[in-house]
Amino acid sequence: MNDFWIILTASLVAINASVLGVFLVLRKMSMMGDAISHAVLPGIVVAYYFSGDRTSPLMLLGAALTGLITAFLIDWLAKKVKIQGDASIGITYTLLFAVGMIMISGWFKGNVDIDLDCVLYGDIAMINLDKIIVDQNLYLGPRAFYVELVAGLIIFLFVILGFRGFKLLSFDEDYGLALGINMNFWHYLMMGLVSLVTVVSFEVVGAVLVIGFLIIPAATAQLITKRLIPMIFTACGFGIIAVLVGFYLANWMNVSITGAMIAVSGILFFKVMMINAMVSRKKLRVKMH
Amino acid sequence: MKDQISIEVHNLTVSYGAGPVLWDVDFELPTGKIIGVIGPNGSGKTTLLKTIMGLLEPSSGYVKIQNKSLNEVRDKIAYVPQRTSVDWDFPASVYDVVMMGRYGKRNLIRRPNNADVEIVEQSIQKVGLSDFRDRQISQLSGGQQQRVFIARALAQKADIYLLDEPFAGVDAATESSIISILEEMRNEGKTVLIIHHDLQTVLEHFEYLVLLNTRLIAKGNLQEVFTKENLSNAYGGQLTLLSKVVEIIKATDFPIREKDVDL
Ligand SMILES: Nc1ncnc2c1ncn2[C@@H]1O[C@H](COP(=O)(O)OP(=O)(O)OP(=O)(O)O)[C@@H](O)[C@H]1O
Ligand SMILES: [Mg+2]
Repeated sequence: MNDFWIILTASLVAINASVLGVFLVLRKMSMMGDAISHAVLPGIVVAYYFSGDRTSPLMLLGAALTGLITAFLIDWLAKKVKIQGDASIGITYTLLFAVGMIMISGWFKGNVDIDLDCVLYGDIAMINLDKIIVDQNLYLGPRAFYVELVAGLIIFLFVILGFRGFKLLSFDEDYGLALGINMNFWHYLMMGLVSLVTVVSFEVVGAVLVIGFLIIPAATAQLITKRLIPMIFTACGFGIIAVLVGFYLANWMNVSITGAMIAVSGILFFKVMMINAMVSRKKLRVKMH
Repeated sequence: MKDQISIEVHNLTVSYGAGPVLWDVDFELPTGKIIGVIGPNGSGKTTLLKTIMGLLEPSSGYVKIQNKSLNEVRDKIAYVPQRTSVDWDFPASVYDVVMMGRYGKRNLIRRPNNADVEIVEQSIQKVGLSDFRDRQISQLSGGQQQRVFIARALAQKADIYLLDEPFAGVDAATESSIISILEEMRNEGKTVLIIHHDLQTVLEHFEYLVLLNTRLIAKGNLQEVFTKENLSNAYGGQLTLLSKVVEIIKATDFPIREKDVDL
């Protein structure tokens, strides 16, 4: 039963991350996901300090806000101060992450029960310790599952409603501006959603590997799809496959579950790439005959 | 309609930080003409178009479209960016991209209706891409991609069209098919503003010219503007090559087509 919940929760992480990852990959902003996932740390700490409990919605709010601030700071450095794009990402997120580290290790020490290792690497095997039980004995599953579920519903709602906005943003932002559409709104909405995904996932898979869930399935899907909606579904599919295979592989080899999932995801990427190259070579040969 | 002003630009100065890229540019353009914007590389042509479309904020001066501010007439003006400004590997079909021409501030959330679909199909047909309707845009030639962008602008049903180098990397046949689409639009009273590079084809394509090199060098009807003097003011140093071009053009009523003479 515990295995079942771990797989289900990890699959939700994979789905939530893959959907947004598709847009990040298409916008060539993969590192933005990495930046946000690290930079939300001070937001998490502050929110935790005030709410005193990890289940508080204040945590999500605090983290999402920090994520938005991160995105804003990166844009500001790049556009107004004219610092090279990747340098502005590097400056911003390491600075914010460092502030978070100082908070945990110094200022809020004792008041905040956050373990840096847990933030960085998560621990999916532990999610079953935090259960939701009603009526004293009816076990409804781990809290992390429900957090992911709510995040997933929010993401799906926004992606369905804002699909054309996100598509325009990803393909041709200038054209959107020329149509009189507020592209900043769509950009920051997307960054807010990315913050949400990384925050709800960091307990499960950690801030480092969540980027793998964001980027790898989306990049794999891009290899073999020709339209945006199929690309999103394919990315989710690759994410879920990686979760399933990774989970059983980890159990069998007795290694880190999240690590195995991301490793499978990466191997899947290279496999698809090779098969794809083989198929197009074959097509070429058929054409030449 | 004929005597109305389509676009006016007043004391426009634009810079990207260092020195100005456009300096005190001031002009009014007529309605219902195919207008060429020419000038050497880096002379600020793209910058001018982007400023007119509100993508760049001028450091001074202002733009008016049909005597109104840009935001009041957004749906009257369509923009065709340089083809190389987007990643054509994007997972979208020709139809998907042309449909973006129907997006707008107010209808981004709602699904396209039958009228939108109809307009998109017509636009695709107009540029001769019906057979490629469902093809992924990465699997098109450069000329076909350019036509996708033009179809997207057509789908906006605007009055004024701004095109940034629509003939770059396009063969002569495609160029003339694009020109005939644009002429048809002109005949319907639309205004078409085109950034153009090939001086040799200027005489064929345009009836009105804006000659630019950071400052406005000249603007007006073709014969007034396309003179040796104006061109040498705009192109400066490369005068010898230039005067040769002008002489060839003047000697032969029928201009010789020699692609991409880089001046
Ligand atoms: N984003 C930018 N940041 C800084 N400088 C820029 C930027 N875009 C253009 N410039 C500079 O502004 C000047 C004008 O550029 P612009 O693209 O408007 O020229 P153009 O006339 O369209 O040239 P081309 O014929 O090569 O397309 C150039 O010197 C260019 O280096
Ligand atoms: Mg240009």
